[in-house]
Amino acid sequence: MTRKVAVVGVGVSKFGNRTDVSLPELAWEAVKEAFDDARLGPEDVQGFVVGNMGGWSSEALPAVVVGEYCGLVPKSGIRVEAACATGSAAVRTAYHMIASGEADIVMAIGVEKMNESPTPTVVEFIGRAGNYFWEFENFGLTFPGYYALYATAYMQRYGATEEDLCKVAVKNHYYGSLNPKAQFQRAITVEECLNSRYIAWPLKLYDSSPITDGAAAVILASEEAARKITDTPVWIKAIGYANGTANLSKRPDFVGLEAAQVAAKMAYKKAGIDPENPVKHFDVAEVHDCFTIAEIMAYEDLGFAKRGEGYKLIREGQTYIGGVIPVNLDGGLKAKGHPIGATGVSMVAELTKQLRQQAERGRQATIKNGMALAHNVGGTGHYAFVTILGLSP
Amino acid sequence: MTSNATSSGKTVASAVRDVFERIYGDPLKQLESLITATGLPVYKDPKTGALLWVDVRELRLRFTLSVNKLEKFIEGLRGGKLMYTQCRRCGAKYFPPQVDCPRCKASDVEWREVSTEGELVTWTVINVKPASFSHQGDYVVGIVKMPDGFNITAWIDADPKTLKPGMKMRLVVDRRPGEGYITYWFKPAF
Ligand SMILES: [Zn+2]
Repeated sequence: MTRKVAVVGVGVSKFGNRTDVSLPELAWEAVKEAFDDARLGPEDVQGFVVGNMGGWSSEALPAVVVGEYCGLVPKSGIRVEAACATGSAAVRTAYHMIASGEADIVMAIGVEKMNESPTPTVVEFIGRAGNYFWEFENFGLTFPGYYALYATAYMQRYGATEEDLCKVAVKNHYYGSLNPKAQFQRAITVEECLNSRYIAWPLKLYDSSPITDGAAAVILASEEAARKITDTPVWIKAIGYANGTANLSKRPDFVGLEAAQVAAKMAYKKAGIDPENPVKHFDVAEVHDCFTIAEIMAYEDLGFAKRGEGYKLIREGQTYIGGVIPVNLDGGLKAKGHPIGATGVSMVAELTKQLRQQAERGRQATIKNGMALAHNVGGTGHYAFVTILGLSP
Repeated sequence: MTSNATSSGKTVASAVRDVFERIYGDPLKQLESLITATGLPVYKDPKTGALLWVDVRELRLRFTLSVNKLEKFIEGLRGGKLMYTQCRRCGAKYFPPQVDCPRCKASDVEWREVSTEGELVTWTVINVKPASFSHQGDYVVGIVKMPDGFNITAWIDADPKTLKPGMKMRLVVDRRPGEGYITYWFKPAF
């Protein structure tokens, strides 16, 4: 019998090129905001989990460095990795620590400083995020390249166009322009996106999330602890998770991510969500739009649209506020930024704010059902996490 | 089947070194003058005004990977052949080749030559390249479905505008132009 777990405090740093702070200083921005939000301090948590991909940044032991700087020593902290879903892996680990009865209050911290290395080094590192020898060493695949393999297959099979992909970027930039913590706070047009240069054909610069420094933190608590800490706990109803093959060549098709489909099925079953019509349960969703094609495949992998019809959702504007399911109202990875290890934690922080109706003007979803979904993918469907949050336990 | 090293005589090792010299050489000279002039590796970011300390301890990474159990694959490349493995106990086929079969837990595989033709499944053009591929022009990477029952990821030597899903592709094993080492790629089969 596992225990119920609630989010009782959230914090997110400003995302962007953060040359003004070190890795632990950046983490502290989010950690302090989360502590203030929960009216707690470092002495109140029993453990912490740090999501950090690293390689491009100088610290080899980020959990230790962040633990010392944030006053968490001698509480136990570990670092976890699940590529771009590292943040969700941190939340999941913290969740299990509490659900199992081992701890009552645990903090999940995601932090990434990608700009400590020059861009070619970062491109090199992310390109190795698959199977090193069989994809990178000999063939030089890049992160946009992996998703471009999906984009080509998807567009060829279903007739989606580069313009459809750009509409995802336009939506997410629009909401990013309303989010003071987003890296890009400028709305863009479809034309600007279509005119941007190719980085991995058919994907263009404006189809891609940027290189980002950022941090996010969430404090999780058991039901008993949560009731004492806050009047507005946001419950983790379910977390679904799955992996995909390292080599893309071993995938059955290139029009959807199997790991995300399996993770969604698992989360829907745990939370009692109708997999045939999940959108009726949710007020808002955060999906992993590292590239515009990824958001379109997410609509389908999550069952928001039928297979091959995801691009119609964005074509019809159905993922804006007022549509069937508003998606990425914080700007998504595309405009808010994608600090690898922080992204998944920031999704949970954002949805907690949405459910508490604390998002900024113009980007607050209407909360009727009191449920929200986060979809966080690591690599190119190498890892997937689907986390469902709700206002009732 | 394999030709001699490329006309320039340059291999991938020096090609990558030259790119790295171009990308990282100038910042190193700037760091040298910064320390000489100011006594510290510290400067102000011209964009943000933030104070930055440039790491004075460079970290170089070049991994050494074991291909000991893939000796037959390496021998195959030398002979102009691409090899895969098939489990002698349960028949499972593996490309990339592997010598252990997780399906039946046996480690007894037969090495077989990959068929010479397959069908293009999907592809991309790498326009923004990693540092270690920056000496190359834009290259096409594709996934090709082989009749043997698996897919292969490799470069496609073709004008990307002419590519279509399902197109017949012929496997080539040879020294890669400009890099000089033996690898494999596909080209249109007609
Ligand atoms: Zn076997």
